[in-house]
Amino acid sequence: MPAKRIIPCLDVKAGRVVKGIKFQNLRDAGDPVEAAARYDAQGADEVTYLDIAATQENRGTLLDLVTRTAARVFAPLTVGGGVRSEEDFVALLHAGADKVSVNSSAVKEPGLVDRLSRIAGAQALVVAIDVKRRPRGAGRQEWEVHVAGGSKPTGVEGIAWAREVAARGAGELLLTSMDRDGTQAGYDLELLEEVCSAVTIPVIASGGVGTLEHLAEGLEIADAALAASIFHDGKHTVQEAKAFLLARGIEVRP
Amino acid sequence: MSRPPGTVALVDYGAGNLRSVENALREVGAAVVVTRDPDAVRRADRVVVPGQGSMPACAEAMRRSGVAGALLEAVERGAPVLGICVGLQILFAEGEEGGGARGLGLVDGRIARLPGGVKLPHIGWSRVRLVAPGSALFAPMDGAYVYYAHSYAAPADAPGAALLTHHGRDFCAALERGNLFAVQFHPEKSQRVGLALLERFVSI
Repeated sequence: MPAKRIIPCLDVKAGRVVKGIKFQNLRDAGDPVEAAARYDAQGADEVTYLDIAATQENRGTLLDLVTRTAARVFAPLTVGGGVRSEEDFVALLHAGADKVSVNSSAVKEPGLVDRLSRIAGAQALVVAIDVKRRPRGAGRQEWEVHVAGGSKPTGVEGIAWAREVAARGAGELLLTSMDRDGTQAGYDLELLEEVCSAVTIPVIASGGVGTLEHLAEGLEIADAALAASIFHDGKHTVQEAKAFLLARGIEVRP
Repeated sequence: MSRPPGTVALVDYGAGNLRSVENALREVGAAVVVTRDPDAVRRADRVVVPGQGSMPACAEAMRRSGVAGALLEAVERGAPVLGICVGLQILFAEGEEGGGARGLGLVDGRIARLPGGVKLPHIGWSRVRLVAPGSALFAPMDGAYVYYAHSYAAPADAPGAALLTHHGRDFCAALERGNLFAVQFHPEKSQRVGLALLERFVSI
């Protein structure tokens, strides 16, 4: 089994890093390339950019950002946000992204997952799934897939959707709990358990990390941990996180 | 045995993560020529064959573009050649992906899917184990973590296997046969360890 991965995630908008809680009150937080290079130097296992305001006008800005990043960062780069077609997907790979993540467009048109997977292989395609808990009767709960940055419920049940995209050729899942995102209350571990036992592709946990302990809990279950504020706010470095995880007996790349 | 760095032909046969490999080679000081021209491959001092996607598609694209022949000539005349990821796989005789594919046949053996029971694709950082201590390129890498993104792999007993990695089974992580080198992992994405490998390749 590969080492568990730590993946700092940068939300970008018009070529800049932005910070905010649940995509609200966004403020400028600098140049993504500088941030990515800093995480690379700290030993991040991968870096992810999510373009949170992906519009067609901004497409060129995003591609330029990916190009500049790939020239400086020699760790894997995943890019997501607003990927709607084969053209969007291929343009990002050619700019230097190693993996591209799709979300809303896959829900809208599941066949897109099959088509993108055939272009460069499953390992280049990440399907991002944003879910929120909802009651399922008899006091039980399930997770409903949301799209458009978590703002639109789709009615689709999350575990079944995870299984479906894996069968269609997703190489990895980026699983975000909307309930936990921005709360720093820890990952939704029950959600991680359910999804990890439903699929055989790697699962990246996202949404809710506030402490190193949360990273450890998530990585006991998932293959990789996506984290934003815990690193951006300078609370911890990637090295500190890895030292903590190693001491907990979790295999990470030193 | 060291020769001047000269030019590195990075083969663009319509598949692959060309940009990342190009960036990494430039980072270690190589004069890179990205090319799909068989003659440019023939003239180059070194050749790098990247690869992403499926082995059948890549092998077919290599043959169709005429680069396959030029690559075989490069190996023949002793130019250092490095295959990366699917660029390793297409060197083999055959592969089972997509119902079966013929490779370039430079190395005997069959590229097979990693076994079930582990997560596939194999994505992330895994360790390599040195099995050819005399290797010019790979000897310093014993125990290092390198970055992988694949589901198919060469057998652990492939001729010239220098590094092995375990994921479901042992597989050939790197091979070295004279001037022919190939890696299943992505040196261009393996941070310092990967750049150091590319640096050795361009100065070998």
